[in-house]
Amino acid sequence: MIGKYVVRFAALGYLAALLAAPLGYVFWRTFRHGLGPAWAAVTTPDAVHALKVTLILTAIAVPANTIFGILAALSIVRYRFPGAGLFNAVVDLPLALSPVVVGLALLILYGRGGWLGGHGVVFALPGMVLATIFVSLPFVVREVVPVLREIGTEQEQAAATLGASAIQTFTRVTWPAIRWATAYGVVLTTARALGEFGAVSVVSGRLAGKTESLTLYVQDRYQSFDEVGAYASAVVLALIAVTTLILMTTLKPKEETR
Amino acid sequence: MAARAAALPSPKARRSPAPGLAVGLSTLYLSVIVLLPLAALSWHAHGWEAIASAQAVSSLKLTLGVSMVVALVNAVAGTVIAWTLVRDRFVGQGFVNALVDLPFALPTIVAGLTLLALYGPKSPTGVNIAFTRWAILVALLFVTLPFVVRTVQPVLLELDTEMEDAAASLGAGRLATFRRVILPNILPAILSGVALAFARAVGEFGSVVLISGNLPFKTEVVSVYVFGRIESGDAGGAAAASVVILAISFAVLLAIGGCRRWVTRHDR
Amino acid sequence: MRRISLALLVALLLPALAAGASKDTKLTLVAYSTPKDAYGQLISSFQKTGAGNGVSFSQSYGASGEQSRAVAAGLDADIVAFSLEPDITSLVQKKLVAKNWNKDKFHGMVTRSVVVFIVRDGNPKKLKTWNDLLKPGVQVITPNPFTSGGARWNVMAAYGGALRSGKTPKQAVDYLGKMWKHVVSQPTSAREGLVQFLAGRGDVFLAYENEAIFAQKKGQPVQFVIPKATILIENPVAVTSTSKHKTEANAFVKFLRTAPAQRIFAENGYRPVVASAAKGFNFPTRPQLFTIKYVGGWAKVEKRFFDPHTGVMAKIQGSGGG
Repeated sequence: MIGKYVVRFAALGYLAALLAAPLGYVFWRTFRHGLGPAWAAVTTPDAVHALKVTLILTAIAVPANTIFGILAALSIVRYRFPGAGLFNAVVDLPLALSPVVVGLALLILYGRGGWLGGHGVVFALPGMVLATIFVSLPFVVREVVPVLREIGTEQEQAAATLGASAIQTFTRVTWPAIRWATAYGVVLTTARALGEFGAVSVVSGRLAGKTESLTLYVQDRYQSFDEVGAYASAVVLALIAVTTLILMTTLKPKEETR
Repeated sequence: MAARAAALPSPKARRSPAPGLAVGLSTLYLSVIVLLPLAALSWHAHGWEAIASAQAVSSLKLTLGVSMVVALVNAVAGTVIAWTLVRDRFVGQGFVNALVDLPFALPTIVAGLTLLALYGPKSPTGVNIAFTRWAILVALLFVTLPFVVRTVQPVLLELDTEMEDAAASLGAGRLATFRRVILPNILPAILSGVALAFARAVGEFGSVVLISGNLPFKTEVVSVYVFGRIESGDAGGAAAASVVILAISFAVLLAIGGCRRWVTRHDR
Repeated sequence: MRRISLALLVALLLPALAAGASKDTKLTLVAYSTPKDAYGQLISSFQKTGAGNGVSFSQSYGASGEQSRAVAAGLDADIVAFSLEPDITSLVQKKLVAKNWNKDKFHGMVTRSVVVFIVRDGNPKKLKTWNDLLKPGVQVITPNPFTSGGARWNVMAAYGGALRSGKTPKQAVDYLGKMWKHVVSQPTSAREGLVQFLAGRGDVFLAYENEAIFAQKKGQPVQFVIPKATILIENPVAVTSTSKHKTEANAFVKFLRTAPAQRIFAENGYRPVVASAAKGFNFPTRPQLFTIKYVGGWAKVEKRFFDPHTGVMAKIQGSGGG
């Protein structure tokens, strides 16, 4: 009985130090001069444009990585193919690259003189989209793979022997089981896409009002000693991430007890 | 009713193009998005002595060491937190659940500024770990917080409580139930999250720079060293160093994958 | 009668003709981050002049080295403004800026500053000279010259300061090694360093006067001392050779060196390159001021001090002394 409270206390204590305190600090710095300055800071034309850019990047990267994530997870776990193990490890690699190097690699590939250079990819939205997809790639895969392994294939095999097509098997049998995992994967992917700074910074060219994402705007405000502007923009990003989570979790069916 | 990870019956019985399509599309996507830029990077790499210098090796050792600690701490903390969010019931639980991803959504500058203010020289709590290796650890724990939590949560949600009930009715204590029944089922998910946390920790730059001080041989992580190569006009050396880091990370990720296979060996 | 109606016709058409003739030119300015406020004001000012009428700007601000690399990688720019000359020289090598970009009476420079010590309130450790930095227990913050090109000014200021105090070049290099042992943090940018200093780290932060003044203007509690011997920082500006609007771009660069424009720079903390614009501002002359030429010029300095393998600073860092 006491074990339950120890676990809860440990978890909440860890979260208090590492999560609640920093978030509280961010909110304090944002609102300590009142709601007015914070609102004014995020409604400047540059801020609004930066938000639009971030939303576009996220709106492209998240669905792309989600579809890829599910297909890749199915490939790794169900459709055994030569190199699945390598494929699995490569999926995580984007994270191990520091963001500056991601930007460097994209500049080398798509920049002036690169193999695919000169087509208006870098220093424009396409380059920023590629960078965002790159850094947020693994999450849906990583979420779905363990669940696919955990649930086993009996139900899918049963469906197959009953004559269900691959699509029917997926939508009726597999999808309900991986729905939660996909939801959390989407939340992580979205959060990562929203918060991406380093790689996007290098490939964007930082053209104010054109290729400045909200994270780049945060840095711009920080550089100009506009504390409220920087923190308020960060709060906007956080709110979008929380909204995504709420959306994902309210999509759960009523009959689940957990 | 152990979980199985068997492959589907051979295509002969089903003749569906789905497997081939899924594998083909995902491999194509991975190649274009990830492998192509990595290939360009490797091609550009020259000056391999960049990663062999004493300073580089020191930064690499520090980074790998701290990243492994981060992975281990997350394995435990993430599981505990996931457990609390799924199996426990308390006021504000949904609120806490919503906050878990935020370290991720915050730009790394803000993360750095926040941690410096809270755990630096002017800390309101009196805890000052800034400009030490502990600072690197804390910054990395902050940005990797969601990983293990979010990989374990869905598995816990899907977990059938039949087995736990059966174990309890047979007289097993809670700890034994956890160790024998639950843990084996969530260990693959934990390892998945650990892989993510390790990889992210190795590559992290923005949130670490402000709070660590970047002193070579003391608090300089390898991403800062590589950034220094780029800023000094040695992009080739930076690329070379990055390829080495990738190779090492790849080896660790493969090892974690091997761990997972070993842990689930009885299920196959 | 006909002549009057012809004249009337021309008079009516002239505005239309003029409007058609002043087509909207768009110039892209790629600059380092510190002068963003200044350039905002300068662009508005420029657009009110005859040469700037109808010219609109696309602006990009970021770390000087990063911006230089972006232009090298294909970022279209008409005007580039960086924090130190080598960032333009690398573009010259890639044929993106003409070789004669600095063959004017300003040597291509548009603003100046000096290296200063940002100290704690009241300067309790009395840090006024470069030798003072070697006092026991003094903790120094300076960006790493390998992760922040601008930090090279700091290193050369320290080296030149040692030379000015009578040391031989060898002794001055020794001084650098000793001073570097006092460095307790090497942020990757000047801005980061200021944040760390204000958060309580260190006794002195080696910074640039214009950034210190700018921080003060923005309400930051910054106090600084200018050592007697310090380096004159000079920031370059150039028109790219790939610019499609060279006339307008050159007009803008010319504008930047007029007295009114230089006064705007001075208001933002920079020392003007045009002497008359400095009137009324507090920019104390330093008795032992020197330029990069005094310590050898950028080309020699880059090789001798900042070569990643053989440079003096590489050895100082690499020996674990930093």
